[in-house]
Parts: sequence; structure tokens; C-alpha cells
Amino acid sequence: MSNLKFSATHEWVDGSGKVGVTDFAAHEMGDIVFVELPNVGDKITAGKPFANIESVKAVSEVFSPVSGKVIAVNDALSDAPELINQDAFSAYLVEVEITAYEDGLMDKAAYDELKH
Amino acid sequence: MKLIFEKSISGRTGFSLPASDVAEYKLSDGALRAAAAELPEVSELDLVRHYDALAARAYGVDSGFYPLGSCTMKYNPKLNETVAALAGFTELHPLQEPSSAQGALEAIYTLTESLKEITGMDDGTLQPAAGAHGEFTSLLMIGAYFKKKGEKRTKIIVPDSAHGTNPASAAMAGFEIVNIPSDANGYVDTEVLANAMTEEVAAFMLTNPNTVGLFEKNIGKISRIVHDKGGLLYYDGANLNAVMGIVRPGDMGFDIMHINLHKTFSTPHGGGGPGSGPVLCKKALAPHLPYPLVEKKKDGRFGYRKTSLASIGRVRAFQGNFLVEIRALAYIIALGREGIRDAAEKAVLNANYMKSLVSEFLTAPHKGACMHEFVASCEKLKEETGVSALDVAKALIDHGMHPPTIYFPLIVHEAMMFEPTETESRETIDEAVAALKEIVAQAKTDPESIKKSPLTTPVGRPDEVKAARKPILKI
Amino acid sequence: MKYTPHTQQDVREMLDKIGVDDISDLFAAIGTASGEGLRAIGKSPIETERAMVALAEKNKVYKTVFLGAGAYRHYIPPVVKHIAANPRFVTAYTPYQPEMSQGILQAIFEYQSCITRLTGLDVSNASMYDGAAAAAEAVAMCINGEKDILVSDGVNPAVREVVAAYLRGSGRTAVSVPLDEDGLTDIGFLEGYGERAACCLVQQPNYYGNIERTKEIGAVLNRTDVKYILHTYPIALGLLASPAEVGADFATGEGQPLGMPLSFGGPYLGYIAAKEKYVRKMTGRIVGETTDRDGRRVYVLTLQAREQHIRREKASSSICSNEALCALTAAVYLGAVGKEGFRAVARACVDNAHYLKEVLESAGLKTRYSTAEFFNEFVTVSDKKSSVILNELKRRGILGGLKLSDGEILWCATEMNTKEEIETVGNIVRKLL
Repeated sequence: MSNLKFSATHEWVDGSGKVGVTDFAAHEMGDIVFVELPNVGDKITAGKPFANIESVKAVSEVFSPVSGKVIAVNDALSDAPELINQDAFSAYLVEVEITAYEDGLMDKAAYDELKH
Repeated sequence: MKLIFEKSISGRTGFSLPASDVAEYKLSDGALRAAAAELPEVSELDLVRHYDALAARAYGVDSGFYPLGSCTMKYNPKLNETVAALAGFTELHPLQEPSSAQGALEAIYTLTESLKEITGMDDGTLQPAAGAHGEFTSLLMIGAYFKKKGEKRTKIIVPDSAHGTNPASAAMAGFEIVNIPSDANGYVDTEVLANAMTEEVAAFMLTNPNTVGLFEKNIGKISRIVHDKGGLLYYDGANLNAVMGIVRPGDMGFDIMHINLHKTFSTPHGGGGPGSGPVLCKKALAPHLPYPLVEKKKDGRFGYRKTSLASIGRVRAFQGNFLVEIRALAYIIALGREGIRDAAEKAVLNANYMKSLVSEFLTAPHKGACMHEFVASCEKLKEETGVSALDVAKALIDHGMHPPTIYFPLIVHEAMMFEPTETESRETIDEAVAALKEIVAQAKTDPESIKKSPLTTPVGRPDEVKAARKPILKI
Repeated sequence: MKYTPHTQQDVREMLDKIGVDDISDLFAAIGTASGEGLRAIGKSPIETERAMVALAEKNKVYKTVFLGAGAYRHYIPPVVKHIAANPRFVTAYTPYQPEMSQGILQAIFEYQSCITRLTGLDVSNASMYDGAAAAAEAVAMCINGEKDILVSDGVNPAVREVVAAYLRGSGRTAVSVPLDEDGLTDIGFLEGYGERAACCLVQQPNYYGNIERTKEIGAVLNRTDVKYILHTYPIALGLLASPAEVGADFATGEGQPLGMPLSFGGPYLGYIAAKEKYVRKMTGRIVGETTDRDGRRVYVLTLQAREQHIRREKASSSICSNEALCALTAAVYLGAVGKEGFRAVARACVDNAHYLKEVLESAGLKTRYSTAEFFNEFVTVSDKKSSVILNELKRRGILGGLKLSDGEILWCATEMNTKEEIETVGNIVRKLL
């Protein structure tokens, strides 16, 4: 987890370009029932929403911590969105060929500080 | 309980038609379906018992107290059902010529006139099928109005305390939504509104009394802010029951509004509909009303008005939910001006009475008189006992009543919104409050028992996560 | 008449409890009262009923009807009205509390199941305002960038107008797909349009009664990735190929013929069904099956994250109240007529309409589209003015077809029309020509 970078809107990105939401966000959203992901090949922009996560009584936009092209999406989530609740840091949403990072991404220590 | 399809036996039927005395016509095979749709095969008695069992698992205003905030679940007078079942209304084809539908057109005309008088508006349509449909219709009209004026206004301001239908309808009509925060009482912050109110804003949508159940005292100022910038003021009629016969949206400065006949004018809600959402407006917006519109001609006969070129068109195929309109008309004829005012007064009396009782053991965050509904909060109870508004609501079911609206408005934590309506007696309110008090007391001594409720219903709390993750939507 | 139960003593004691002297004190926040308000004074129930009966009696109820064009008179078994009038169905609100609303929820679930079985598609919602609004919302769900919206000229003009009104929000106008000389949607036009369209709305049978070549249309639209919305008269689904069989993505239609009286236009029932892949974008309420903690089968409103109360301005529609009681009525109707009865109703419509056509032709009217097959509506053409024919029928107590133009009439027959009625119309028309 040490190579993860975090956004203030509770997303993470790792060294390989995988992007997901944090355990804190997953907990706040409650039981996740559906994840709407972009298509492979879509361009996403740092700081802009690129996915939606639905729980029973809410829908949350996920903001991208990076800009770039989507090169893979985590298909497992379409059948088992609960993977995010189970382990938010292995249940990535998309993998991105990164061209830029959002300003102000944090390391784990700084993000943990923000949560509290 | 089994589904009707699970009671189906191949070859069983409860239906027959007269023997055909004309030649059979065979359509060509290419047009036909491969196999008959698998509809139920049951006897008439099977069908009657099936739905009798379903009815036993349903609950309406006729079953008991239904203080569902924002929904105005008042008694639905049976006279209205009787007149809506008259063949002179039910057997009319919507495309019959006006000469053969004079009574129907007169009913539409009279109801429209009555609603104009009650709201202080200049014109209207009964076409929209529900409140949200009325909102959507109004917003299309607002768009057409500014288009005709040659003004490019792309935004609609909506308070964060508004019903979700407001922003959704505005978005459907092509507008961009500007959400503005309300204060803790659900009141509009006039400074925030003034800042948001630019010349790009087409309209401000407001519910008054607001969704907390309080009357917006600053309505005069709000009207000036909006109109000074050339915008329009929209009235969400969801809470009209509190003020009808007392104050009129048209006099408060509103330009256009919808009414929910299935709330304010006592038509039954049918487990989710049909409703009816008439739109009333000031003269300036009238050319944009959807057609067909009914008029009374000089000779006293009724017909359809000449279509305005600026009309938004049709929002549904025919005139409207006509039988709902018939019920509302009968209600208005019976009540008359004094009955309309009395209904609002007693609705407000009942809500304040209930609030004064409930606030003895639950927090009612808004001080002073409420209108037709009030909000109580279970936030403190939850902190102390772990019992939430949802748990309390479920426990109320075991006391034989329908729970209030919960978790709305969003600006109050653990909200319970009670709207007793004017048709409930003091005894019914007393009993409901006693039940609520007992539940709150029990939450303090035995919270787990409350969390298990309801226990008296045919099923317990459903697993909604499972329902949404792996949807099963048919058999 | 007042429906408030308060005695003067109740009011006094309730005001005491609240701590104010007078009801008007509760309205202090409003300040100055308004102007006139409703002018009429109240009436007793007897007077109210008289007034309403007087209105009803000013309408002409025809015993014999040959008018359809979007609203149809069918036989409604008395058991349907009886069940649908149960106050526990009639006076309930939307089933927000599933534990005490299983009856309503299960009824809607059964309705959704009926609609998916009729259309062959995977998902039905809990109902729409009417058929036209269902078609308009299906179109709205198909909007895709700048691609065009195609609507066949065979779609009922009122439905086309509603689609046009709904499209105003996105600043678009639909492109009309012309009919060929047989009165059928021009397939060559669709082929030529290709991938430039987002969706195409087609009606089956079309407004003129002709049975569209829905399979061929489906083949073209599916090939060019244009979403296919088929707007269908539900009774025709008793015999005609289902929307799923012809490759439709969405099926919409007016559900009034399924047990609802004509009622001068409403309440009616919009139905909408779709392929599985559209379920998370589907408009309106949907009931789903789940379990409670003891494993019992339970029905709930589900997939609510699509809806306005959660998604607000990002929702696909603002619909909240729908036509639940009409949906329940349709499910009761389909249960009452049953699998075979439903086909029998459809067959009777076809047989009677073809007999009507034969009788009118032998009386001297010509059919406008002679090559296309029709279901239970067709257009005649004549040198005799339509209004002359229809007025004479009216004089004889018969509601004839719809005047389409000076010489054209759109006729409809259902299982409600007898051989004798049909022959009477033939005789009247023969004498006029």
C-alpha cells in the first residue's frame, strides 16, 4: 500500500495505474450494489467523475485522481460489487495509461491524517 | 405466498367469449408469435381468492392512520368513487366529438376554473398525470416562454430541501440545476438566492410551506429577488393542503405551479397512482400550455380551444386522468369555499396538536407553529439507545399504523415527518402518539426488541442489498 | 359537506394543548390573507351527487362503437372491476414500507411478469403515465450524442406529439420515417439512414391498422446498431410476433385495453419493457424479489439509485407517482382472461374487423391500403364525405370510426362488436353511397 497515492475525494491510484476507492469511502457508502465503469479506450480526466458507485439508497460519483486512457476495467465488479466492501485496495475499478496526476495527491500518512 | 403463475394449471380457464358467427380470418404465419404468452390459467374463484389474500397484505387509508409526511393521505370520500364509476364518464371515448361529450368537457372546465380560484392563477391544464409530470410540463412551458421572448436562460434554482422530482423534472426539460442551501428551518437564505439569481436563471422552484412544514415568511422578498432579474417563480403544490382557502400562490407572487389532486383534493393514490398533476399559470405563460384545452363558448356550450402556436404540444395522448379529475371535482363541489378552508385549518390544527404531544418525548427541532406537517428527530434517541428512525418506523407498524415519512427532509438527521391530515380524529392521533411514546420508552429499556420489528407482518425486513445486487424482477 | 371529524370541544382542547387561543394563531406566519378564493359554497352529498350525475347525463354513451385510434373498448370481466376496487389497493400510497405492503408489491411484480411474458423482453417497470409517455421516455433513454431520433409516420400522431414535447428539453426534433404506398414503414429509408440514427420508434399495428414488417425492420436496425422501440397495442400481442422475437430493444404501449374503461382518456397505463442490459438505466419504479431474515420471499421497490429521490437532476426521469392501480388492473385482467382467453380476444378482434371490412367494401367503400395485412383497424376511402357517413351513424346511435380526412375513415372492431352491428353499419353506409 506504500506505493499508493490518495485523493482528497477518497480515491487511490497505484504505480501500475490501477485506480480504486479507499476503504473509508467504501465504508461510508455502505453495501455497494452496482458499479458503473467507463469503457476501455475512454479518456478520463483528473478531478472529473469517471464512474458511479451505487448502494441501496445512494449513488456516488468517483473522481479520477489521474488523467489518461482506460486500458482495462475490473469486470469482476459487475458480478460482485461487494468486492469493494471486502477489500477496497484490491478491488480496483480501472487501469489507466496515465498522462497526468491530479494536483495534491497524498501519501498514506497524509491521507490517514485527512480522514481523522 | 404463491404467485398467480404458481397457481396456474394448464388448461384451466375462467373466461369465455360468445361463439363466433363471422368467418375466421387467418393472418399470415410470418406475422405471428411462435407461442402464446404464458399468462396465468386460473378459475375466476382462484383469481378472487388470490387478490383477496394480496389485499389482506396491503394497507390503505381505509385500514388505519397513514401520517406519511408530504403525501397528504387524507380520507378518500366514497361519494367520489360512486360518481367516478358512472357510465356517463367511464364509457366515453376520448376522441368523441365535443357535441357528444358536453358533460365531460364541462367537468374539465369547471374543475380548471375552481383550481384557478383556489390558487389565484389565470389559466391551467389538467393534462399531466402526476405531480412530477406537472413539474415537467411547467418547465417545458417556462423554456418556451423565454425562447419566445428571445432570452437565453439555461438554469433553474432549486433549494437542497426540495423534493427530488424538482431537479429531475428541470433536467428533463433541458435546464442546468443550481442547488442552493436552505437554513436549518428549511427557509430560503435570501442572500444566497440573490447571489445565485442571475439573468441566466429561468426560474426558482419553491415548495411553500416548505418540506420541513414551515411557511416561508420571506416569500415577498423572494418574489422580488427572482422577478427583478426577469426570472419566474415556480410553486410546487405538494403542500397546498396547508394553505388552500387561506392564501393563494398567485397572490404570493408565483407565476406557475402544479397541484397534486391525489394529495390535496382527496383522490385515492392506488398504491402509487394514478395521480393527477394539473398546471396553473399566470396569463403570460398561458400561450404555452399543452393542448387540448377546454373552453366555454358564448352560447354556453363547451368545446376545445384553438391551439396556440406557442403551445408546448402534448405531454400525454389524451385529455388527462379524467376519472381522477371527476373525483376531485366532486370533492370541491361538496366542500365549497368554507369546506376548503376548514380542511386546511384542521390539517394545521392536527399537525400542531400532534407535534405538541410528540415533542414531549422526541426532539421536534423547529420551534413555533408548524403548518400541516412537522419533523421530529430520532438523532438523540439513536445516540442513547442505538434505535434509529427506521427502527421506530418499523415498530409503529406493529402498533397497527403506517409509519411517517423517514429520512426526509435530508437537512434533519434521523428525520420522521408526520402529516396527520385533517380527516383524522383527535383519538386517532392520541393513540398513535401513545404508541410512539411506548416505542421510545421501550427503546431505552430493550432496544433489541425494537430493532427486530415488525413482528406482526407476514414478512420481516427485506434484504434490500440482495434485491439490488442480483435483481429478480419477474417470474 | 366537511370530512373533518372535529367537534367544537375537540378544537378547544387541542388548541389548549398547543397553547394558542385560536386556529388563526397557527397561521400567523402567513400574514395578510389572500383575495377571493373559491367562490362556490359547499353542497350536501345528495346535491353533489345530483350535480355529478347531471354532468354524466350530458354525455352520449354509445352502445355500438367502431372507434379506436389509440383507445379501445374491450370486454372487462366484472371480476376485474370488483378486485381493482378493493379499498386496500385503492387507498394505499406507494409501497414504501414493504412489510405492510406485500400485497401491492406482489401485484406489481406479477404485472411486470405479465408484461415481460407478453413482450418477450427481460425487464418491465411498474408502469408509466400512459402509452405515449412510455414511448417518449423510451426515446429519451436512447439519446446518444448527436445521433438522430427516428419516428415512423405509422406511429399514432398523438404519440408522435408527446415524443416531440419530451424532446424539447434536449432541443431536438425527431426525423420522420415515411410510409411506403402500402402504408408500411419504409424499410429502404431505414437502410439508407444506417448508423446515423440513435433509435427508431415503430408502432405495431401502425396507426392505420396495418401490420408492420417488424422482423425486417428489426434486422435492419439491429445490423446498424440503431435501438429499436416497438410501440404495440397489447391485445395484438395475443397473436402477433412479440417485440423480443423481432429484435426490439424496448417495447412500449398503451395498456388501457387490458381491463380499463375508455374513461375519456384516463387513467390509462403506459407499459415499458426492455432488454436486460438497460435495467440500470430503466425509467420509473421497479419491484424486485428478495428474502427477509428468515428466508421468506419478499418483494421490494428496488434499483432505486436510478430514481429522482436519490439521483435528483441526474435521474433518467422525474417520474414518482405512476399508474400502479392500472397496472394491478391489467394484471387482474390478464389473469381473468388467461392464456387461451387472451388469444381468443385477439382472434375475435381480427375476425370481426375483417368481417367489417368485407361488409363495408360490399357497401361501396374502398380500403385505402389493400395489400398490407391489418389487425383490427383499417382505413376506408370514398367520394362520400366522411362526416356525412359518421353523422348518419351517430344519428342511428352508432359511434363510427375516426375521420382522417374528407374521404378517409379509420375503423376499428373488437370482440365487443356483433355480426348484427356490423351488418347494420353496412346497410346504413350502402344507403348513403
